[in-house]
Amino acid sequence: MREFLPERAILHEEEDTRPYECDGLTAYRQLPMVVALPETEDQVQRILRTCSAMKIPVVPRGAGTGLSGGALPPGDGVLLSMAKFMRVLRVDPLARLAVVQPGVRNAVVSEVAAPFGLYYAPDPSSQIACTIGGNVSENSGGVHCLKYGLTLHNVLGMRGFTIDGEPLQLGGEALDAPGYDLLALAVGSEGMLCVVTEVTLKLLPKPQCARVIMASFDDVEKAGMAVAEVIAAGIVPAGLEMMDRPATRAVEQFVQAGYDLEAAAILLCESDGTPEEVDDEVERMKAVLERAGATRMTVSRDEAERLRFWSGRKAAFPAVGRISPDYYCMDGTIPRKRLGEVLNFIAAMERKYQLRCPNVFHAGDGNLHPLILFDANNADELHRTELFAGEVLEKCVEVGGTITGEHGVGVEKINQMCVQFRPPELELFHAVKRAFDPHGLLNPGKAVPTLARCAEYRGMRVHGGQLPHPELPRF
Amino acid sequence: MIESFAQSIREAAAGRRALRLRGGGTKDFYGNELRGDILDTRTYAGIVAYEPTELVVTARCGTPLRELESLLEKHHQCLPFEPPHFGAAATVGGCVAAGLSGPRRAAAGALRDFVLGIKLIDGRGQALSFGGQVMKNVAGYDVSRLVAGSLGTLGLIAEVSLKLAPKPQAEATLRLEAPQARALELMNRWAGQPLPLSATAWQDGELSVRLSGSSAGVRAAAEKIGGAAADGALWSGIREQGDGFFSGPEPLWRLSLPSTSPPLQLGGRQLIEWGGALRWLKSPENPKAIRDAAARLKGHATLFRAADKAAGCFSPLAPVLDRLHRQLKSTFDPAAIFNPGRMYPEL
Repeated sequence: MREFLPERAILHEEEDTRPYECDGLTAYRQLPMVVALPETEDQVQRILRTCSAMKIPVVPRGAGTGLSGGALPPGDGVLLSMAKFMRVLRVDPLARLAVVQPGVRNAVVSEVAAPFGLYYAPDPSSQIACTIGGNVSENSGGVHCLKYGLTLHNVLGMRGFTIDGEPLQLGGEALDAPGYDLLALAVGSEGMLCVVTEVTLKLLPKPQCARVIMASFDDVEKAGMAVAEVIAAGIVPAGLEMMDRPATRAVEQFVQAGYDLEAAAILLCESDGTPEEVDDEVERMKAVLERAGATRMTVSRDEAERLRFWSGRKAAFPAVGRISPDYYCMDGTIPRKRLGEVLNFIAAMERKYQLRCPNVFHAGDGNLHPLILFDANNADELHRTELFAGEVLEKCVEVGGTITGEHGVGVEKINQMCVQFRPPELELFHAVKRAFDPHGLLNPGKAVPTLARCAEYRGMRVHGGQLPHPELPRF
Repeated sequence: MIESFAQSIREAAAGRRALRLRGGGTKDFYGNELRGDILDTRTYAGIVAYEPTELVVTARCGTPLRELESLLEKHHQCLPFEPPHFGAAATVGGCVAAGLSGPRRAAAGALRDFVLGIKLIDGRGQALSFGGQVMKNVAGYDVSRLVAGSLGTLGLIAEVSLKLAPKPQAEATLRLEAPQARALELMNRWAGQPLPLSATAWQDGELSVRLSGSSAGVRAAAEKIGGAAADGALWSGIREQGDGFFSGPEPLWRLSLPSTSPPLQLGGRQLIEWGGALRWLKSPENPKAIRDAAARLKGHATLFRAADKAAGCFSPLAPVLDRLHRQLKSTFDPAAIFNPGRMYPEL
């Protein structure tokens, strides 16, 4: 790599590679053999060609804010940091799109679009740090995706390379492309199919105004029912979030968002649009929430108050970080109507494992983020946390949901993939991967478990002496 | 029924016999040659699950699209991508396999954006489930969306779960006089403003705009846009191609372009939709000239309806993409039995 990369673009001393040993999921760590920080597409292509020829694994990385270990480095390979690809190449206000490099931070896109009255809709909580490349890789969501969609719905096209260094153009500036929808396949593929070097994003007109209702409930289940009632009334809120009392109490000490600390749960229900639309919708939302048993409602009076109400939700993770040495953020999605049942289940798990678990929840999307509090220095607590999390994820699957809504599988949830999918689907995933990466060099070992691993995992969960899937080969 | 489909597929695969997956046959005109023994998907019909409060419906492939839409209508919900039927017999499976979206596409998103999960029978006769019924799901590759629009070349879509939207409270259609270049500019300008735009169309110097949303929002936007109130029936005429524009013997081309592309310098008549991103062209011009023009503008041209399809219906793929397509095809359908040649000769 020294032949085509400047000295500063290669890190291999332990003191330099140490910062790359993990992403946002710090429980898993691995020092990479080498870190490459290319600055041009040509360099990316040469790195990939070299690694591919030498059969060396490559793991792409954005800002490293991922929560599932998707960017956990290969001990025997190259960690490909895209951090230097941080230019906004073009903003076209008339066509409402931005062409950016993958290392551009999510929040920057809305900043550069703002002078034109436009913005980029997906807003994951980590948006001040996380990059567009990582968002594409994980199909990141945020608090506004019920109405405005996930990353998938807001990416028009991408440029990049296959593991062999072949240039790839998926989608573009038109609304569709001929052939199979490989763009849809690549978004959310956790860096396993290709390396992205340029992304074309859709920009939306910034709503003229937005107001958020903060509604209190004396019962978590009632709050869950209220969410379903809002949707049933034909309203698609711009944001619909829920936090339970342990979460609001943690947050309030941290950011003073003005939350009702007596409420068992609060809902944040936002309307955006023209002033006429918002006034109308807020009235309808209030009527529904009232009928659903809200004990108190406050509507934001101005933009400052609206942002203050949201600040608590957006700061929920760091706030919880202050009340516990460590916390484990989970990410399952369930049908909204099963919310009460799942929250009760989580409460039972808190008792079973003797661990606290505040809940924040993208209620509109059915996307749960329970935060299990633990101390990583206590091996037993760490172990109980893992068991707790595993049970909750499997409960999500049982009620018809999924083990990950927006954080990805990475290394974290690879065992639960065995619960959500059967061997034929997993086989197909591996075959899709092989179509792009025949030697399995790009982000190997992530996201899709081997059948042998699943057999072993299922074996550990054996019931009544009968192993499931006896046809499978086992270690 | 799934087992019976799977059985037919396994037999066909064993004998390397082509199967033509077909619902109501309303989109038989779309794509290249139709080959193989018909496997009729209409025998597997019905709604599997529909809960209005979840904004999700799961339907079997053979469910008539009309039946699904009238069920949603009863609950004041709709398929946001406004799919074309092209005939009363259109089925849900065919709709998803064709992957076509209607006038609301530029505002609401494409069919694939609303696909949450599928049950697919692959070329080995295995019933596979991908995605699910929830809004957010990133477990495993997004196979459901890959299969949407693949013209039945990857497998038989047995069931599909679709995300829904509430029907807008109010709707209004307006008509303004505008030459093409001016209309393109207006459509793009409006789309950059917070207006409840749900469809646009231009033909013969007339620009039509549909607004959908709350009554108050639609009223306010109508004042801003101006023009005269017009009949909303226009939109179904465009969606179903019953509009006068679509008649006549010339081939019908569908050009998908960046929305700000300038007026096309090609012979024939044009109808513009999707804020400028979709240009229908009735033209006898040489297919190569049309494809080159689309490519220069960074778009692509599909020969949508024509008697002579020698030029191939879909724009050729770049070599890397072509290779990936073949590999994916052989992954899903190793014996190459599903709708061979319908999308590309080699798939």
